[in-house]
Order: sequence, then structure tokens, then C-alpha cells
Amino acid sequence: MKLLNIPEIDFIGKRNYAIIFSLILLFVSIFSLSIQGLKFGIDFTGGTLIEVGYQDSVNLDDVRSRLNKEQFNGANVQYFGSTSEILIRLEPQNASSAKVSSKIIRLLGDDVDVRRVEFVGPKVGEELTNDGGLAMLYALIGILIYVAFRFEYRFALGSISALIHDVLITLGIFSLFQFEFDLTVLAAILAVIGYSLNDTIVVFDRIRENFLATRHTDPNTIINGALNQTLSRTIMTSLTTLLVLLALYFLGGKIINSFALALIVGVLIGTYSSIYVASSMILALGITKEDMIPSEKEKKEIDSRP
Amino acid sequence: MNQYPGWKNALIVFFILISSLYALPNIFGSDLAVQVSSAGDNAISQSDLENIEKILDKDSVDYKSASLSNRSILIRFDSNGSQLSGKESLKNDLGRNYVVALNLAPSVPVWLADLGGKAMSLGLDLRGGVHFLLEVDMQSVLYRSIDKYEGELRTLLRADRLYKSIKKDGESIVINFKQSELKEKALKLIKSEVSDLVVVEGIGTDGLSVTLNISNSAQKEVTQGALKQNITTLRNRVNELGVAEPIIQQQGSNRIVVELPGVQDTARAKEILGAVATLEFRLVDEKNDPQTAIQSGKTPLGSKLYYFKDGRPLLLKNRVITTGENITGASSGIDQENNIPMVNITLDSPGGRAMLETTKKYLHHRMAVVFIENKVETVSVDGVKIKKRSTTKDIINAATIQGTFSNRFQITGIDSSREARNLALLLRAGSLSAPIEIIEERTIGPSLGADNIEKGILSVIAGFILVLIFMVVRYRVFGMVANVALTLNLVMIVSVLSIIQATLTLPGIAGIVLTVGMAVDANVLIFERVKEELGLNTNIQKAISAGYDKALLTIADANITTLIASLVLFSFGTGPIKGFAITLSIGIVTSMFTAIVVSRGIINIIYGDRKIKELSI
Repeated sequence: MKLLNIPEIDFIGKRNYAIIFSLILLFVSIFSLSIQGLKFGIDFTGGTLIEVGYQDSVNLDDVRSRLNKEQFNGANVQYFGSTSEILIRLEPQNASSAKVSSKIIRLLGDDVDVRRVEFVGPKVGEELTNDGGLAMLYALIGILIYVAFRFEYRFALGSISALIHDVLITLGIFSLFQFEFDLTVLAAILAVIGYSLNDTIVVFDRIRENFLATRHTDPNTIINGALNQTLSRTIMTSLTTLLVLLALYFLGGKIINSFALALIVGVLIGTYSSIYVASSMILALGITKEDMIPSEKEKKEIDSRP
Repeated sequence: MNQYPGWKNALIVFFILISSLYALPNIFGSDLAVQVSSAGDNAISQSDLENIEKILDKDSVDYKSASLSNRSILIRFDSNGSQLSGKESLKNDLGRNYVVALNLAPSVPVWLADLGGKAMSLGLDLRGGVHFLLEVDMQSVLYRSIDKYEGELRTLLRADRLYKSIKKDGESIVINFKQSELKEKALKLIKSEVSDLVVVEGIGTDGLSVTLNISNSAQKEVTQGALKQNITTLRNRVNELGVAEPIIQQQGSNRIVVELPGVQDTARAKEILGAVATLEFRLVDEKNDPQTAIQSGKTPLGSKLYYFKDGRPLLLKNRVITTGENITGASSGIDQENNIPMVNITLDSPGGRAMLETTKKYLHHRMAVVFIENKVETVSVDGVKIKKRSTTKDIINAATIQGTFSNRFQITGIDSSREARNLALLLRAGSLSAPIEIIEERTIGPSLGADNIEKGILSVIAGFILVLIFMVVRYRVFGMVANVALTLNLVMIVSVLSIIQATLTLPGIAGIVLTVGMAVDANVLIFERVKEELGLNTNIQKAISAGYDKALLTIADANITTLIASLVLFSFGTGPIKGFAITLSIGIVTSMFTAIVVSRGIINIIYGDRKIKELSI
């Protein structure tokens, strides 16, 4: 067997730019998340959402004045897709009962086609928020354990930091542009965790293989080689995934829009992070050839950066 | 090299055939149908089927077929018109022991159905319908059982005059005694006779008083009982509404999920499910004037002030003649004389006896019907969530007793025919044993459901074709092999979903779309590896085999981590999220089989065991 391929792209050499790029993204994300937060949908805040369709286009002010008659002043009324479809949203304080939606539909008159009603009680919303946070935590822990078991703790830390990086930035983008964050977006974020990890694992697998297959011990060269070898696969898979997600985004309908959007953002960030973030991380943690050989006792070795 | 043994090829062919067979039911579409099932515990039988055929023939309704399955009878129709008229005539002629509901029936050929072939079941977001999450107010259940225990204690301890006072304190009972001997005696008696109550240590043990709580096991029994009873009542009400394939099941310790596919009038469904209504029949206190009672603020002994819905006051006697619990039948109609809505009531024999006695004794007196509704609502006040309980008692009718009657009579004074129908339905289906609150509702109208299916399928097809093209352009013959594997993967996902009868939802379709994009990853990994090996190795056969072998572990690692994420999603998820997690998990597993085993099998057939100069990759 040959030694390593000669690297075509010096990913590792340019990692300082990537670190700066990531830090900026992370800073903006955390800043936006802490200042304006996420625009949570009613799944999490509780409240009422009603989607109705009219025969012809409808004037929003007419709808509002109808609603104001029964003191639904707090209702947020907007077009949804076309001018003959509207979406009405009510905050939980004026909408703590399932009866609110029936009242509103009665106010709108008989000629409307009720397409969707969602009512989430305040307690349920709170539970979903807690459960969602927990689910994300469990997913991270489960993956951490698996990777630590299959690889080595540095790989586990590397993949988890890539995951946190991806999740934070995806959430950050949802916060920055104030895209609505509902249950399906949460599901998408969990899928992003799975996807981003998928990418990272493939790179790590190759790094491990290369460490074991060659006499070469310089981690920089080995990691860079692995990144280049897996590059065309990384790009291919990301492209096919993005293709189907774009199909879903444009053709799947409005309900699935933010779900597809979260995945598109997540896949882009995840692809980038598996190249730069995860491998920079294990490099910074000081991975060496000796760490890869399970039979040998781990020797404390100083970081062997050139 | 690069040949599978014969059994392995046979196994692959076997899997392909089986999954194609069980995916097949999904392409046949569905028939308009009416579903008839039993409202009670009686099973549907062959004679019911014959009866139904007779009714339809009598009313000359065109139907395609009628068939008996284990729990219901399905009658299929060609047109919407005959489906509706079929439903009407069956509903009228079969009576209330049957649930008659509109439905869609998959039109799977008989031979396929005999093999167990079933189409995927569609979620509410694809077929339209209502999802409710109801919470039973357990606090009021406990309050009520404390009432009961208080009564029991009084009777138990009264005989020997053991106690000084008994009073309720929230969910506890406090008993005061005059002497500690009496206390000891009473406690012994309580321990043997009312074992559901336990002494709270440390509180009020100053010698002469004792605090009792309901024991944990008794609490559990009471709340579980209330939940079960509410589920039964809800099931009766849903049967009255006429819904095909409803789901009513317990969730957690105090919640009930109700799913009603295809229900259009959700407002009515909501009213019916959430209403905790019953009736009381009371005599009117004719001797006293309600106005003076209002002015003085004191009601005469033995009477209480009630109001009509329009606000008119009336004094009613405290003694209840009979209540909704004694009602065995109720139907709505129009009073022919006055042309106003009414409800016909039938009472059981104790109720009938009480009514007969009263109407004999109080002929030409007035009797009132009081409508009682218990409500519970969670409201948020300054960010703190509190449960607001309320009971409304309205007089709906007060009329002079014109003659004696026992177990059959009418009540009027109801606002509209719709309300009369609802009241009759509620009285028939029984009252809920505890107030319930709708804490979540998700309704999808039928038009949006149809839209969702169409868009979902469109995006699957579009994504699928894009990936197919992409793979062929990049990997040529190998790409085509990957495409066969991908197609088979779709078929397998559909067949697994059909076999386990998992519910397909819109997020579930999204999961399939995502799987299509990610499933080729395994093939991409393998093909890139084969290419790489080709660069190192001159032997083409060795390159193929090394490519597959070396990629295998990576594929497994990558897929297992994604599987972990989707399993977490599954265990946490509610309805729609679960749908996504299910298809994603199934897709991951089937894609490993198709992308690794099947694609290798095809590659072996194309390239295996022969001399090849160049690979088309």
C-alpha cells in the first residue's frame, strides 16, 4: 500500500480561518438567541391557531373587525399562502380554552373552509418545551456514549462539539431571522444531530484507519489526508440530501416548510462542521497514533504539533 | 471472485418478492364506504349483514358490496350520493345499538387481503379529522371521595357518639374528640372498617384530634376508576357521534387521547366530548317569592334560588326527585302542538317510581328541570397556571304537572333543535364521572388533508427522481445499481409500514423523503471507496470487494448513530413527531440492506467472476 495520498486541499492548514468563521457564527447565534430568542410556535407557547380558506380573496381588516366584536383584539391575522387563505393566531392568555376556536369560526361565518385548528393548552406547551429539551439532551448523551465506546473519548468530544456547533448555529439562524420554531422544527434539529454525526463519523473512521494503516505519525497530515479522501463522498451525500430537501421545501406544502428549512440549514452547517470543526477539535485535544492502538497502554504524550 | 452463494441470491429475491407483495395493497386506492359496528359489547354477526342488505335493497340504495370483518360490516359504494343515502337509511332502520359511520375502505383485492395485505393507515393530517387530548380533573375526584368518606365516618362513629366534630380540610378529614379513650376506640374502628383512610402522623396529634388522608393505594384506585369511567362515557358519546375507527385511550395517569378521523363538525364533537352535563328534577317552591329571597339575601328553609338561562329567578325545593343517572333513554324531537324542540325521556324503574309518587302527590304543582354543567379550565394569571372550576345550574324548563306519569315524559324549554339533540345525546351517553378539560386540539380539515397527501407524494417523487438522475450521472452503471437499490428501499419502507400498520403522517412522508436522500450515502461511500481502490489496485475484482468491505464498518457506524437519534425522537415524540421517527428508523434499517446486500448482489451478477477491463463507475 501507498502512504497517504498527497493532500489536494490543505484543510488543516486553513483551519484558523474556519475557527474564526465558526466563532463569528456562534457569537451571532448566541447573541441573537439571548437577545430576541426563538419565535416559538403555539406547540410550545400554547394558544390557538386557525387556518381558514375563503372562496375569493378576503380583506384582513374585515376579518379583524369581525373578531374584535367579541374581544379577540389580540388575534394576529395574516394571509397564508394566498389572499384567500388566512391564518389566525391567539396568544395563550386570551385562548386558554378549546372553545375559543369554535367561537372564532362562528364569527367568521359559514362560507369559510376550516382547514386547520390547533389548540395547545398552556400546560401542554410547557411540557413539550421541557420534553423537547430533554430529548435533545438524551440524543446527545446516547451518541456521546456510542462514539466513546466505538472510538475514543477525544473523538466523542470532537463529534459532540461539532453537534453543539451545528445545533446552536441552526437555532441561531432561526432566531436571527425569526423563523417560527414549532414541533416539526424540533424534530428536524434532532434529525440534523443524526445527520451531522453521520458525516463526522465517516471522517473519523477514515482518520482512525489511516492512523493504523501507515507509519506516518503526524496527525496533521493524517487528518488532512482523511478529509481529502472522504471529500467527494461528503459532497455527494450532502448534495443528494439537499436535493430532496429542496424538493420538500418547494413542493411539500406550507406545513412542512420550516421543517425542510431547518434541515437544509442543518445539512449545510453539518457538512461544513464535519470537515472543519470535528477534526480541528480532535487535533486540539491532541490525538496521536498511539491512541488508536487499543492494546498498547496509553502513554501520556505531549501535543505533537509541528 | 465476487459471487454470492446461491442461497444468498435466493434470500435477496425472497425479500424483494415479499416486500413488493406487501407494498402492493397501497396502489389500489380506496372505496367510499359505510361502516356499521356494534355500539355495545355484542359482536356483529352474519344475521346483521343479511339485515343490512335487506334494508339497502328495501330503500333501493345502490351498493357495490357488503362484507363482514371481525368487528364491523363494510358496505362499499360507487358514488358519494349513494354512500350518503345508504348511511341515512341504515342509521334510521338499524337503531341505536349500531354505530353507522362514513368511511374510506382500501380496495385491496381479495386474494391479497387473504394473504394479510393491508394498505398503510393514514394519519389525521392526511385524511382529516380531530385529535383531542383531554385531562381529567383528579382534584375534584378526590374532593368528591373525601365527601363520601366523611359521610361514612359520620355514620360509623355516630352510633357510639365517639366524635365531637368531623370536618373536611382540603383532601383530608379532621376529627375532634372529647376524650382520648374515645379517640382510641374510634381509630380502631376506622382501621377495621374504613381501611382506605390513613392517619397523618405529626399533624394535630395534640391528643384529641386526628387528621385522616386517603391512602395512596385508595387514591390510585379512585382516580383510575374515574379515568376508566370517563373513557367508557367518552366511548359511548363517540359512538353516538358515529365515527369510523375512533381512538380513545388512556395516556399517562390522568389524560385521555381521542382521535376522530374524518369528523367534519369539530365544534359539535368538542361540545359533546367536553360537556359534563346532567339533569335534576325538582319541585318549585310555590309558597315563597323569589324576589324577596333575592332582596333579603336569605332563602327559605328547604329551598334554594335558581335562575333560568335568561336570568329569571325561581325558588326550588332542595329535595331532588330524580337525576340524570336514572335516565335510560333520551331522544330529541319537535313538540307537535307548539312546534318547539323537546327531549323525550325514559327513566329506569327507581326513577320512574320516584316520578310517579311525586306527580301523584303534587298534581298541578310546578316541577323544574335543572341543567347542571361542571367545567374546568386552565387559565394563566400573571404567568401562574391555575385551574378554574365552575358549575353552572340553569333551569331549562318549569311546567305544571298536568297528570301523573312515571318513566316516560317530555321536557321542553330548550333553545334550539340542535341543543335538544345534544342534550338527548349527552343524557343517553351518560355523564362523565369527573370534569374534563380539552388541553390540546389538532384539527385538520378534509381539504387540507387531501392537499397534504398530494404535496407529500409529489415531493417524494420529485426528490426521488432528482437523486436517480444525480446518481446515474455521477456513477453510471454503478449509479443505476444504486438506483435499483434505492427504489427497492422505498418499496421496503412502504411494505414494512403496511405490515406493522404504522400510521403514515405528513412528517412521516418527510422522513421518507429524507431517507431517500440519505440512503444513497451507503452506496456513495462504497463507490468512492471502490474508485479509490481502483487507483491503488490493478485488479478490478479485488477493488470491488475491498471497496465493499472497507466501507461496511463506516456505514454501520454512521447509521447506528442516526438510528440512536431517531429512536430518541420516537420515545419522546407525540403523534406527528413519532411518524417522522418511525419512517426514518425503518428507512435506515432497510437502506442498509438494500444499499449493501442488494447492490452487491446486482454488481456481482454484472461483474462477478469474469475478466473486466474497465468499470463503469
